[in-house]
Order: sequence, then structure tokens, then C-alpha cells
Amino acid sequence: MGKRSKVIERDAVVIRFSGDSGDGMQLTGTLFSNTSALFGHDISTFPDYPAEIRAPQGTVGGVSGFQVHIGHKLINTPGDFTDVLVAMNPAAVKANAMWLKAGSTIIYDSDNFTEKQIQRAGYKADPFTEDKLDSMNLIGAPITSMVKEALKDMEIDPKTVLRTKNMFALGMVYWLFDSKLKYTEDFIGEKFGKKPLVAEANSKVLRAGYYYAETIEALTPSYHISPAPIVKGTYRNINGNQATAWGFLAAAEKADLKLFIGSYPITPATGILEELALRKDLGVRSLQAEDEIAGICTAIGASFTGRLAVTSTSGPGLALKSEALNLAVMTELPLVVVDVQRGGPSTGLPTKTEQSDLWQALYGRNGESPVPVIAAGTPSDCFTYAFQAAKIAVEYMTPVILLTDSYLANGSEPWKIPSMKDMPAIKVPYAVKTDKEYQAYERDPEKLARSWAIPGTPGLEHRIGGLEKTIKGSVSYTPENHEYMVRMRDEKVERIVNEVPDLEVTGNKKGDMLVIGWGSTYGHIYTAVTELREEGYKISAAHFNYIRPLPKNTAKVFSGFGKLVVCELNTGQFANYLRMKHQRFTYHQYNRLQGLPFTVGEIKDYCKKLLEGK
Amino acid sequence: MAETNNNHYVAKDFKSDQEVRWCPGCGDHGILASLQKTLAELDIPKEKYVFVSGIGCSSRLPYYMNTYGFHGIHGRAAAIATGIKIANPDLLVWEMTGDGDALAIGGNHFIHAIRRNIDIKIILFNNEIYGLTKGQYSPTSKKGLVTKTSPYGTIEEAFKIGELTIGAHGRFFARTVDYNLQLSNEVYKEAARFHGTAVVEVLQNCVIFNDGAFDAFTNKETRDDNTIVLHHGQPMIFGKNRDKGIILVNLKLKVVRLGEGGITEKDLLVHDAHEPNPGIHYRLAGMTYPEYPVALGVIRAISDQTYDAAMLEQHTKVQGKSKIKSVDDLLMSGSTWKVK
Repeated sequence: MGKRSKVIERDAVVIRFSGDSGDGMQLTGTLFSNTSALFGHDISTFPDYPAEIRAPQGTVGGVSGFQVHIGHKLINTPGDFTDVLVAMNPAAVKANAMWLKAGSTIIYDSDNFTEKQIQRAGYKADPFTEDKLDSMNLIGAPITSMVKEALKDMEIDPKTVLRTKNMFALGMVYWLFDSKLKYTEDFIGEKFGKKPLVAEANSKVLRAGYYYAETIEALTPSYHISPAPIVKGTYRNINGNQATAWGFLAAAEKADLKLFIGSYPITPATGILEELALRKDLGVRSLQAEDEIAGICTAIGASFTGRLAVTSTSGPGLALKSEALNLAVMTELPLVVVDVQRGGPSTGLPTKTEQSDLWQALYGRNGESPVPVIAAGTPSDCFTYAFQAAKIAVEYMTPVILLTDSYLANGSEPWKIPSMKDMPAIKVPYAVKTDKEYQAYERDPEKLARSWAIPGTPGLEHRIGGLEKTIKGSVSYTPENHEYMVRMRDEKVERIVNEVPDLEVTGNKKGDMLVIGWGSTYGHIYTAVTELREEGYKISAAHFNYIRPLPKNTAKVFSGFGKLVVCELNTGQFANYLRMKHQRFTYHQYNRLQGLPFTVGEIKDYCKKLLEGK
Repeated sequence: MAETNNNHYVAKDFKSDQEVRWCPGCGDHGILASLQKTLAELDIPKEKYVFVSGIGCSSRLPYYMNTYGFHGIHGRAAAIATGIKIANPDLLVWEMTGDGDALAIGGNHFIHAIRRNIDIKIILFNNEIYGLTKGQYSPTSKKGLVTKTSPYGTIEEAFKIGELTIGAHGRFFARTVDYNLQLSNEVYKEAARFHGTAVVEVLQNCVIFNDGAFDAFTNKETRDDNTIVLHHGQPMIFGKNRDKGIILVNLKLKVVRLGEGGITEKDLLVHDAHEPNPGIHYRLAGMTYPEYPVALGVIRAISDQTYDAAMLEQHTKVQGKSKIKSVDDLLMSGSTWKVK
């Protein structure tokens, strides 16, 4: 292929594909990410799309974006600001103007920059002038007309022709990044296997875009990014929902239990149910329930019979499930509830990310209701924490809440594939028939877990339910018994601390400031703190995945620092939780509520100001 | 279903050690006794049974059965039962519920269990009142009923459980009366033998808050004239003197007197519980006193594939085809790459 006049070697680049929600930007972004990952780049992705399946065309509200950060060094966030923007229409420019780095490249479909489209996007005149983007590297390509031209000899309908526009843009970006087309061509062949004409059209347009970019060379300088220094092994790309689903499968296999999922579709959690519904080959029983409540209640029923039971949902669904979750607390049955958080309250921001269900997870139920709460930090470690949540649920006979969020669920990253033989064992506390009568609430002295008597086993017939019980399993309203049982349930959850690894510190164990986070903010906080350390600040980071119970060494870690800053995407729910659990410290807060992940820059700015006493 | 396992059960074998706490004279005692007798006669190992319930007087029943039991939360028994049956189709799942539990707060789970044809037996204790909360009207209370929350009489139309069941694509619907132990025994056995969701409405007298609601159908003097016990293949005859019957005129059911206007037994409808078309079953289930006798017995029982059977079939099919046999296989499937 053509010689390049100027190639820039870069450590990392952020690319954002942006267009109408029907323009295929999510697919385009995914294909680009996968190609980059196969080449050996480290990547992090962030899909950002509207709640409406087809919002009004050409409006800012209807813009669907997919951001990918690729790098030669290790990448922990999808990037704050964009180096390359692909804008299929003026609305895409409008929606992304504030997220562009100085000197960015904007590739846009000039055919779509008509007066009508410009007005629909909310511009009065030329978008680039109006948003002061003149100094950017602007590459207007008549994508729509080029696509029509490329496919004019093929007998396919005009709608299908226009649907290939994303492939043209992708082809151009591949040239810009000196990437190979093979992965995408293979994908096209697979996806449209039954429609060879459509497959051919897409491949043709992909190449047309690539050659167009080569021909005009207006795109130069182009980028070259060497492979990242990644640990040896076999890798794949994985998003948070898939990793969560697979973590449950891994736990079921390790525990030698069959998996059951009862769930109701809800954005952004549905991918977990979809993934597990596929896995009948691994014996998963999945049910799309009639509502959220039935989702958890079927899971509780399945758990009673001796299956590893899970239910997936998002904030509004967790609210609906709370009564049944307490039934699992009372019956002390293993169950994992995944809350893929989104912006709330109420329907809120269904497709946007937020960490605002923490209190709901900890406290959103009637009565004294102790439930362990675990949060995953990156898309791929949803696998680890789904596994851990299931392990704790089974070994301690308790429901567990696993918190992820929209950012983790849809974001993806390369993942070194683990081997099942390296995963920890899971020991199931089965009840066995002895000479003594089975007592439903007799506890293991160490973990305080009751034993699991599986229906169908002769001699272990018993009745449990939502009413308070004695150790024997009889209904009891006796004052002393209730207090005893409340305290036992609480103590059992507290003892899970023995499973919780110590809190780790990124950086020195002593310093001026510790930046504290939990869940999905890991990458942004880690990057911000690492950069600040490189700039000479005495700053460290500590990230929580176990929220209840907190790691044993929490206070010890905190005491090594002058200032504690809790960064989270809510008004301070974790900060206040820490204020209650570890009262002797003063906590500063940095909070955002925009339905978006943090930017590395804003965390750095806040920390610097606080350190410098401004 | 294996009928004889030679366990030689008697009803007492199904009694748990818990003290029965219903009010003296409550219809629930009759239901419990008939169920224990039925299960003893079915002679299936008791560890195979799971009794599931929601909340309400009816829902205490699992505590009194010496089987596996799960006392759930209000309205959710059908969902819990569904999870149990899907997770382990070998278990025999019986749901104990009431008119408030199944039709008000749990209406959604009730219709969806029926629609899916999950192989569970739903025994719906219908006393047309909320008993455990001390006397409020329920979705089956007759319009006009004066209760604590309808001090001037309800202005709501009542559900007819049979109509709702058939409307939800129900394959089995039967009705019995709490203290009619013989009929109940017969009906529960039919339900037990049926493959699919079996709904049995039990007219259950609440002695405290709605006493006498079903007096017309239980009182020895009047019950034979006010009810008709349906048997598959038998003409629809009823009455103390077996002199009344049911015919179909202009797509409507009509009560006739044998001998009047030349009507003979041959003119009467013959009950066909196995007819898939729900038309007549719907009308029979909807018959209300005093215009009609109330239908008892098995009104509808049509065979169809159960959810659990379809699920197992699908699992076998997918497992036969798939190359993924373990989690390791899954993790390595699709696009992967090696970093050396």
C-alpha cells in the first residue's frame, strides 16, 4: 500500500466515532478496538449512546458515540479528550466539540453538512467556525456520495448502500492508524454470511475508505503506535457484562453447582441475562421473568433447590427487588444480585453511568438487613468480582450485591484469559443426614453459615421462609430469639472480612494525600495519581472493591496520609459511609454527577489545588 | 408419575411437628386434611415435594406439611415455585395461595406461571376476603360487600378465578369446596397427575371475617341445587333430585329442567374437560349463583407441552451441538490472541 509521507510515533491516542444513533457507530468503534487489540495495543473503550433507539436524526440528543483509547503503554481509561473525531453529521461535532484536544483531527462526512443538518444540530452558521474548531485538522470527505459511487454497479437497495457509510469512515481511520483490514473483513464475512451481497458491499466500502484516505493524503500526519508491553499469555477483549456473566459461570463450575439466572431486561444490565441465556451448553437455566420481582424470586426458588442463583438488574430494578432480597437475607440462601448502576433517581439516565446506588445496596431494605457489597473496578475484573461474590454467597449462605455500572458494563479492554485450574476452590456447605434432626439455622462455628439442605434429599425435609425462626427452624416471635438471630446474621456478614484481601496502595504508604475510590473509577484515579506522582507530588491511591465489609487494614492505610480525598460519581455516599465506619479521619470529597466517568484531568486539578492549599 | 413407591404412607406422615394456628372452624383445616390424605394416597416419596406459599392465612400451610417447604413473601409464591421447578424439574411443586396473594399483589406471577405452563399445582384458597389483615375486601369479594375498607360496599367488579386462568391460557382449572373432602381428594389427585400448571380454586370459608360466603354451596339443604359437579364424559346433570341440567342455547349456557318442554338427558351438554377450545370451559368456570349452579370438579384439563419439558428438550439440543463443554472452552472461544 502507499508510502506515507509523515508518520508520527505516539504512546497513546484517543479516537471517538460519533454519529446518529442509527449510523452504526457502536459497531464501528468495536471493530476498531478489536483490530487494535489484536495488533497488541492496550485499549480501553467507552460507548456513550442515547436511551432512545432512534432519537430524532441529526439532533444532538440523538448522537451516539464510541470512544476508544489505544496505546503503546498500559491504558487504564478511555481517555479524557479526543485526538481523532469521526463525525458523521454536524450534531456529532456539536456534541463533542468540548472534548477535543488542541490540534485534533476531525474526519467528517461533508455531504451531511447541509444547511438543514447544520440548523438541526443547533448551529447558525459553519459549525467549525462557530465552535472555534478552525485550527483543527479538518478532513471533510463526501462519504455519502463516495459510498453511492462505490456501490453503483451493485444490485442492492439504497437503504443498504447508505448503511455502509460507517465502513467508509472506518476504512479511513484504519489508514490513518496504519491498521490491517483483515479482522474487520473477517467479521463482515461472518456477520453477513447469509447475505453475500451485503457482505461484499461492506467490504468494498471499507476498502474504498482506506484507499480514499491514502489517495488524498490530507490525513497526514498519520499515527503509529507500537504494541504495548503486555504480560505474556492469551488475550481476548471483554466488556463488563460479559465478564460478569462469565465470572458466574466460572464460580458455578468451581463449586460444581449449576447456574440459574432469573432476570428482567433493564438497561444497562441486560447483557448479563443475554450472555447467560446463550449458555445452555454449560447447563445454565435462564428465565426472562415477568418482572424484576419475579427475577429475584425465581432465583431464590432456584437457590432453595441447590443451584447457584443470580439475578441482574440496575438501580430501579434493585429497588423493586429489595423485599425479596430480604427474604434471601432471612432464609440465608446464597444469591448474587448484580446492580449495573446508571444515573438515577427514578428512570433517570438509563444509558449513563453513576455510582449512586451504593446506599441503596447497603441500606435500602426494611429491618436489620446485612448484605455484603462488592464492586468491580474495570470491565475485565467484573469476572473476578462476580466469581468472588458467588464464592462468598455460597460459602457464607448469604445474598451478595455486586455493583458494576454502565461504564464497566459497556466498556471493554483486553483481558488475559485465566485458566480454571488457577481459580480458587469454592466449598459448598451442604447439609448431610445424621442421626440428629436437621436444624435449618444451626451454624458453622467459624463462618456462622447455616448448612444447605437440598430438596429431594430424604430425611432433611424442612420449612424456611420470611418469618423469624429459631435455630431449629420453627417460627418464633420470642424477643430474645429475634435479637439473637438479628445479631447472628449481622455477625456472619462481618466475618466475611476474613475473605477480604488487604487494601492495596498505589504509591508510597505514607504521603501528603491518599486518593480513595471504589468501583469503576479505578482507571481514572489510578492514572491521575500516577501522573501526579511523576510530577513529584507525594500522593497515593487506594481503591475499594469490598465495601461491606471493608478490608481489615483500612484505618491503617488511611493513617499514613495527611489528607484523604474520596472521589466518586455521586454526592458522597462512600465518603459518608467511611465517616461512619472510620470516624477519626477527615474526608475531602470530589464528586461528579454528569452521567459520565471522571476525566483524569479533573481529578488531578482537584488534588493539586487541595495539596497546594488553594 | 410413579404412583406406587410402597411407602405405605398415611395422612399423618405428612403432618409436621408445628402447631396448626388457624382459627377453629376455618376452611383451611379441611384443605390441609385433604391434601395430607391425597399425598399419602399418591404414595410418592415425601422428600420430592416442595410446598411454596406467599403471605396470608393460606400461606401458613407449608409449615404444617412434613415435606420441603418455603414460605415466601406476599404475592410471590408463583415466582418462587417457578424458580424451584425450573431449577429441579424432578421436584413436585405445590403452591399454596389465597385470593389476595395470588390475584392482587401476585396477579402478575399468577398469570405468567399459567401462560408458561410450568408444572406446578396452584391451590388457591378463595375466601373472598383478607383474613390475616383482619377483614378487608379482596379481588374476589362480591361487588357491594361491606368490609372495613369498603364501609359503604365495594364498587369493584370481582375476578372469577376460572375465567382469569383460562384467559391466561390455562390448561387446567378445577374447583372444590374446603370441607368436601371426597371431592377435594379427587380434584387434588387430578391436579397432581396433570402435567402443567394446575389451578384449583377452593371455596374456603373464613369463619371470622366472611362467614357464610359459600353457604349456598356447602349447606346440605341447598348445595345440590346450587352446584354442579362436573365429570369428564358425563352429562351435566345436577340438583337434589338430579332433575336439572345445562344446555347451550345461542352460545350461552342455560339451566333447564329435565322433562320440561320435552328436554331429556340426551339434550344436555356432555362435559369434555379435554376440549382445547376454551369456549365452554370459560362459560362453565364463569357460572355464578343464583342464575346458575356453581361448577365444581375438573372444568378444564388439556394436555400441552410443559415449560420444564420444553426447557429440557432445548438444553439437550443445544448441548448436543455446542463445542463448548467447559468454562475453559468458553473463555478461549471467539477471537483471542497471544502475547509472546
